Parts: sequence; structure tokens; C-alpha cells
Amino acid sequence: MPRLLRSPKILTGLFLSVVFAVLAIAGPFLAPYSPDSHASTTIGIAQPPSAAHLLGTTQTQQDVLSQLLVGGRSTVLVALVAGVVATVLAVGFGVAAGYLGGWADDLLSMLANIFLVLPALPLLIVIFGLLGKGGSPNDLLIGFIISATGWAFGARQLRAETLSMRSLDYVDSARIIGERRWRIMAFEILPNLIPVVATSFLFTVIYGVGTYTALSFLGVINTSHWSWGTMLYWAQNAQAAQDVHLEWWWFLPPGLAVGLFGTGLALLNFGIDEYVNPRLRSAGLTGRRARRAGLPRRSRIGMTPVLPTQGAAR
Amino acid sequence: MSGQRTVAQGTLATPDPPGAGALIEVAGLHVDYGFGQDAVHAVVDVDFSLHRGEVLGLAGESGSGKSTLAYAVTRLLGPPGLITAGQVRFRGSVDMLSATEHELRGLRWNDIAVVLQASMNALNPVSRIGAQFADVLHAHRPRMSRAAMRKRSGELLEMVGIPADRLRSYPHELSGGMRQRVLIAMALALDPAVVIMDEPTTALDVVTQREILQELTALRDRLNFAVLFISHDLSLLVEIADSIAVMYAGRLVELGPAGDVYRAPRHPYSLGLLGSFPPMHGPHKRMQGIPGSPPDLRTPPAGCAFNPRCRYAFDRCDADPHPPLFALGDGRAAACWLQDGTETVPEALAGKTGVRP
Amino acid sequence: MRLIARRVMLYVVTAIVAITINFFLPRLMPGNPALAVLGKAQSAESPQAVAALELQYGVQTRTGIWGQYVQYWNHLLHGNLGTSLNAYPASVGSLIRAALPWTLGLVGTATVISFVLGTLLGVAAAWRRGSWLDNLLPAMTFFQAAPYFFVAILAVALFATKLGWFPPSQGYDTATLNPAFNWAFISNVLDHAVLPALTIVLASVAGWIIGMRNMMITTMDEDYVLLAQAKGLQRRRVIGYAARNALLPNVSGFALAIGFIVSGALLTEIVFSYPGIGYLLVSSIGSDDYPVLQGIFLIITIAVLLANLIADFAYALLDPRTRQEA
Repeated sequence: MPRLLRSPKILTGLFLSVVFAVLAIAGPFLAPYSPDSHASTTIGIAQPPSAAHLLGTTQTQQDVLSQLLVGGRSTVLVALVAGVVATVLAVGFGVAAGYLGGWADDLLSMLANIFLVLPALPLLIVIFGLLGKGGSPNDLLIGFIISATGWAFGARQLRAETLSMRSLDYVDSARIIGERRWRIMAFEILPNLIPVVATSFLFTVIYGVGTYTALSFLGVINTSHWSWGTMLYWAQNAQAAQDVHLEWWWFLPPGLAVGLFGTGLALLNFGIDEYVNPRLRSAGLTGRRARRAGLPRRSRIGMTPVLPTQGAAR
Repeated sequence: MSGQRTVAQGTLATPDPPGAGALIEVAGLHVDYGFGQDAVHAVVDVDFSLHRGEVLGLAGESGSGKSTLAYAVTRLLGPPGLITAGQVRFRGSVDMLSATEHELRGLRWNDIAVVLQASMNALNPVSRIGAQFADVLHAHRPRMSRAAMRKRSGELLEMVGIPADRLRSYPHELSGGMRQRVLIAMALALDPAVVIMDEPTTALDVVTQREILQELTALRDRLNFAVLFISHDLSLLVEIADSIAVMYAGRLVELGPAGDVYRAPRHPYSLGLLGSFPPMHGPHKRMQGIPGSPPDLRTPPAGCAFNPRCRYAFDRCDADPHPPLFALGDGRAAACWLQDGTETVPEALAGKTGVRP
Repeated sequence: MRLIARRVMLYVVTAIVAITINFFLPRLMPGNPALAVLGKAQSAESPQAVAALELQYGVQTRTGIWGQYVQYWNHLLHGNLGTSLNAYPASVGSLIRAALPWTLGLVGTATVISFVLGTLLGVAAAWRRGSWLDNLLPAMTFFQAAPYFFVAILAVALFATKLGWFPPSQGYDTATLNPAFNWAFISNVLDHAVLPALTIVLASVAGWIIGMRNMMITTMDEDYVLLAQAKGLQRRRVIGYAARNALLPNVSGFALAIGFIVSGALLTEIVFSYPGIGYLLVSSIGSDDYPVLQGIFLIITIAVLLANLIADFAYALLDPRTRQEA
């Protein structure tokens, strides 16, 4: 465990993710204004940051910071719901397919492959486009629908891992002594899949954020439902980036928020990868101490480095 | 040979002086994995030498450091491997540890070749066999024509009993035994002086094992190259090696002519290893393995590395540091405090053949 | 070849599934959007148009669901994707046909550049571990995590608005030029394509770099790489062997990534008002032009499936192990 925390990637990733998680919960409470309220109805140009509005205002004089904080909750929530549901589906489908084999495997694999190949965003656009006319869906439902397109990748990975574990000795012995199949799956196989499940979960949350933001940006999801994507929708609508005055305070915060949240999760993912696959680490050979001791800066393939010493060995 | 004690009292074993035909001399080699406080000492203070035409068997269990040693000698050890001390000389003149990349590359395959274990990925899976011969021929004999390369490759394959038309095959189209033979043929392509063989028969069935060993012996008689043969199978080494070096926890613990080491080991570990092989003849015996397991190299035991598992351990074994290799005459050496000339040697370790617990 | 046959079958099944979803979705949604569409149409369109739509959406017809399904397939196989609501009487097909070349050109070139660049940089990063390239990775991670359209917005803000190096929108200068095969037009098109292409490359290259780097590191541990080094081959050759093998999983990864890249490219087009499928998409969302939406979904699906098939072919070509009759 402690080794896990020593990696700078994991620490940064953890920090960023926690910041955003807190934001998600506490966001709306921290917002100084309501995101919909207009500070004034006479000014028609977005205002740069000021004391009253720390991140400036939109064209219609709504407070950007408040939108960011309130929108944060929606964005993070949808992403998390999508992540959790998709991971549960991935584990269920993947482990079952890998362990049961036979026609069950064929069927589940076919299903996963179909969902994998179907382009997610266009499908979601059609679904939400049609759905939106009946009423604005809430965050949970959005998360569920997005997860339906995001489970296939994790399912495939988990299936592959399960397959490689199926022939391991301790799984075999559990089977021989008569343990029931679902128990074997739950208690023997699953615990060892935790790193893969963790990576899959993080990946799916990133996918959820990206997809939800994209859908909001397109205006497919109700544009009065605040999220970071929605902010970008309005900003693009008002041509905030194309405008000669460059209303950077309007489009930069939500975009950066999405980017940093995603980066935090991705770094966590890399950290877990390095922990699981030790080859990806450099084992201290390229660190500063090594260089001070005289080791070459880059590890050269095919040339085992030799530590320079003062005298020759005996 | 009765009741004799060890001869050369207390003298340390030293590598043969240069000029005695030693192709490879290793002195005081230390190899680590990683750098800094987490570094694992995989090879500690190893001396040995390999002479022209000699077959030296490097024996030990997994994790004993035998492969690490062999690859470190040719600087082929991959990251995070690191050579932290020692000297390696080739033909008495080339200092392997300070040679440039260019010099090393010239030496490789031309003078020192490697035969890997024929796993699924020992040969490049996307390249034909013929191409894999041609690339090394081209690298070292750039003026060789393509026709000449094809001819030579064909000859090499036939030398190991594979039809030359297999040059057009991909590695996955060959059986394990054939792949191993291909690796051997490839190693001999440039008529090297030394061939390092890393468990070349471990993955094969017993029948193929025997065949390949026979072919190897025949080839060696014909071409007279030296061999550094790595294996965990002592009984196999006895059949093919001239001398045997036993490694434990990264250290060389016994060295000597193969037959002598096999019949009369002088180190408790070698004794234990040999006691684990059931003999084909003779009365039924209760098998005795070695209790315990090899040490975690990150936290090696104090004193002698083998002492926690040694049935002959006494107070010096964990009080004093790990014993050096003591010369015991007739080319034999063992790293055991019992053999330093001042202790009473138990009968089993006294060098008398046929005496085993 | 068995591998290809299985993949083709998968794609055919997926296409059927996509088409079926497309057929059923409007009929399944709460609030029956079909009715909403028709309600809107009745007020604006001619009776024939309304009748055609009724047929398309299965409202007030005498044929049952199965009959409508068959008819839908019939239309599709004749290349009839329906009629646009917004741009009536233009057919969906004609709208898509006008926009598709722009998207294909943009996405095609950008993806190829991104893949090649990413793969080369990934190999370099693995070869020279500990070099400055390693510091590039966190920045690349950010660009990959940031949404395509945000990168697009940044690109517009910086290069178009602030620095004025490239035009901020459109495929070509519609005000002054007409499409023609002359240099003036082509150079103008290229000029307008730089920023959108740059966006797509920036947003996608990180994935290739990191993927290839990790794959290379794993591959360089393989026995045959050790053997190549032991043979005394030039370093470049050894890396080449490793890269050639490491490339394989990335080719299949490419197939997976195509869906994402296409989606991202669509979003990029929107920011730049680039006259491709993405732009068509967002305008039809805004005007509730369902026939166009559904038509685009189908076309994109088919395009992605085709791209997957090409990637599978490439994989089979590159890996001799797949040619074994398993």
C-alpha cells in the first residue's frame, strides 16, 4: 500500500480527483449566486472577472463561477453514475463470459462486441434528441443511459483476465471440491481482478464526463440543466472564442475543469498501471541519485549499465 | 581416498592466471536490480573463468542468479539490471565492462553467442526463419551475398537436423524442439568461441531433451566451442559439463570438475541438491529435500546465505560474514566455513565418493 | 481468413442492430416524438410530405409494425434515407452527400497524421526512457482528457482570434470563392482546414503515444528482443523489431478508437462551423430534424464499421500468426 502512494502520478491524480469530488458535493452550497439569475438586464456584453463576479459573467450577466460550481455537481454526478453502472455491467458480463465459456461466452461476447463497435456519441445523440422532447431527464437517468454505451470495453478486458485465471490451480481446486460456480466467481476470481476493475472504473468515469459534456455542448441535453458542457454550449453560442474581445473567462473555466478532472483520473489510472506492471517503472535507475553516482541518463537498450567505481575490483 | 581432509588449508580460490587459455574471466562481479535502498543484490562477489573448449555448467534453483550472471557477463542484462562492481575480461584483453557499444556489438555472436530457451517468443514471431539468420550474417559479414547467406543458413539448419526449406517458415509453424534446434544452429552461425546456453532443454519433453543433448555434444566435439550451460538440473549437467559451478542466493558456493562435484559434493547446498535426485539403482532411500526456501534477496540472512537451511550450520555460520570460496585442491572449491581448513569436516562433505546421508 | 470472416459477420450483425435501433427508437420514446414531428410538419409542410413522414414513422398507417420494418429496409437498400424536415424537399441523402466529403477529408488526414506521429513518438519515448519525452506525457494526458471541442475552442481563441494566423470558421471563404479545381480554392480550403485538423491531432495523439510507449516497454522485455541484442545487431534494427511487434495491438486499438475519433471530429466541426457532417448534425438537433439525425447515425455507423474492417485487414496482413488455420 505505501508503495502505491509514493508515486507522484498517483498523488497528483488523487489530489485532483478529490478536489473535484468535493466540488461535486459542496458545489451548489458554495455558489455565491444562482446560476440562472441575471445580475443586470441592460448590459449585453460578458463582463471580465471582478470583485463581485470572481470569474466574470456571461453575455446575459449570469455569474460564471456559480454556473461552474452548480454545473460541477451535475457533471461529476453523471460521470460517477455512468462509471459505477458501467463497471457493474462490465464485471457481470465480463466475468460471466470468461468463466462460463461455451455458448454463454459466445452470446455475451457478441453483445459486447456490438456495443463496442457501435459509435456511442451518435447513438446517444439520437436517443437523447428523441428523449428530450418528452421531458428533461434527470442526472441519474442520463448516467444510466450513458453507461449502456460504456460497459463493453471493460467487459472485454475482464473477460480476458478471467479466462487467464480460469485455469489457475486454486480456481481448479475450488471447482473440484464442489464450490458453486457463482461463489467461485465472486470469492476466488473477483478479488484478483480488483486492479483491472479499478482501471476500468476510472476509464469509464472519464468516458462519462467526456460524453456528458459533449452531449450538453451539442444542446441535445436540456440546455437549462446546468453542467460544464452546458456552459460551453452557451459560450459557443455567443461565439465567446471568436469574439474579438475574447471572453476567455467564460469558456476557459468549464473546459479546464473537465480537462483537469479527466487528467486527475487518468493519472490515477497510470499510477495503478505502473503498480500492477512493474516494468513500466524505472526502478530508480533514471533518478537524480543514480545520475549523481555516474549512471547514464538514458537507459540504453542492450547495454547493461556499469556503476563507475574508484579502483578496479580485486 | 579414505578419511582425507581437505588439502589446501585456508587458501582462497583465485581464477586461473591469464594465458592459460581462459576465454572469459570474471572477478568479484556484483550485479544488482535497481538502484538505491530498494536495490536487490542478484549476484554477489562471483569469480569464475571459462577456458577454451570447456563446458562449464552453472547450476542453481530459480532466483539463484545464474541467468543474471550469464547475461551480465555479456552486458545483455536488461533494465533494471546494474553491474555495481567487478571485472570481466574476454580473451584476457577486452574489458567487457568498459567496452564501448561498438566493440561489444562486434564481439556479440561473432565470439560470444547465446542460445535461449525456446519459448513461444524466443524467435521474432513476425519474421521468417531465413530472415532471422540473414540479419545476423549481414550484420557481421556485410559483404556476404544473399545467395551465400541462404546457402550458409541452409547448411546450419541441416547441421541440426532440420530440412533447409524450413527457412521460409515462421516460428509459430515449428515445434518446440525444432525451435530449439534453430536457436542452436543460429548461435553457431559465425563459429563463436563461446556459447552461453540458458536452459536450452528445460521446456522440452525428455526424449527431445536427450536428442538435443546428443546433438550438442556432437557439435561441440566437431567445432570445439566453449559452453556456459545454465540449468537447474544437476544430473543433466553431469552428463554434458566438464566443470560445475553451483550458485545459491547470488553467490558461487561450489566449483569443481563435474564428476567430482556430483559424486562427492563439498558444500551442504550441493549435497542437499544431489540428495533430492532419486537414483535409478540401489536400495530404496527416503528422499530428503532441503528444508525451507531460498532467501528473499531483498533481505538476505546474516552471515552465510545458506545457513538458515543448512543441517551442518554452526556458530560461525551466522556470526561471521558469508564465507569466500576456499580452494580444496584438484580444481575444487567450496564456500563453506567447514572447509576453511580449521574445522572438522563431516564425512559427507569430506570428498569421499559414495558417502551420502 | 477465418478471422476476417468472423469480423465481417460481426459487422453485419452490428449494422442490422443499428438499423433496427434506428427504426424502433422514435417509436419507443416517451412522449412519442413521432407525433411531435408530425405535429410540427402538419403546420408547415404539404400533405404529401406529411403522408411520407407518416409512413416513415409508422403513424396512422394500416400496415403493422413488421410491415413497416420491411418497408424501412426496402427504402434503405434503395438508398432512401428519408426526407429532411428542415430543408424540405431535400432528401436526407443529398444533404449527407454534400457534407460527407468535408468530414472524410478532415478526419481521414487528421487521423492518419495523429496515428503516425503518435506511434513514432511512442517508440521514441520507450527507446529513450528518462529523456525529455517523459516530461511530455502529463501535458499530453491533459489534451487527451480535455474534450475535443474545448481544444478546438482553445485553438480558435489562440490562433484565430488572438494571433490571426488562421481563419476561425468555415471550410472555405464562402463570401468570396466558389468551389473549383484551381489553386486559389484549394489553398483556401487547406488554410481553413489547418486548425480543425490540428485540434483533432492534438486531442487524439496522446492516446497513441502512451499506448505505443507502454506496448514497446512490454515488448522490449521479450526474448526475441534479447536475442536481437545478443546478435549484435544495430540498435535501430532491434528497436525496429520491437516496434513492429508492438504495433500489432495498437492496430486493433486503432479500430476501437475510430468511433471516438469520429465523434470528436464531429464536435470539432461544430466549433469551426466546418461544413461537414458534424455541422449538419448540430443544426438538425436544433431544428428537430429527426430524419436527418437518424440518417447521420446510420451513415456514421456504417463508416465506423468499414474503418474497423480495414483495420482488421491490416492486422491480418501484419501478423503471420493469424494466417494459421487454427
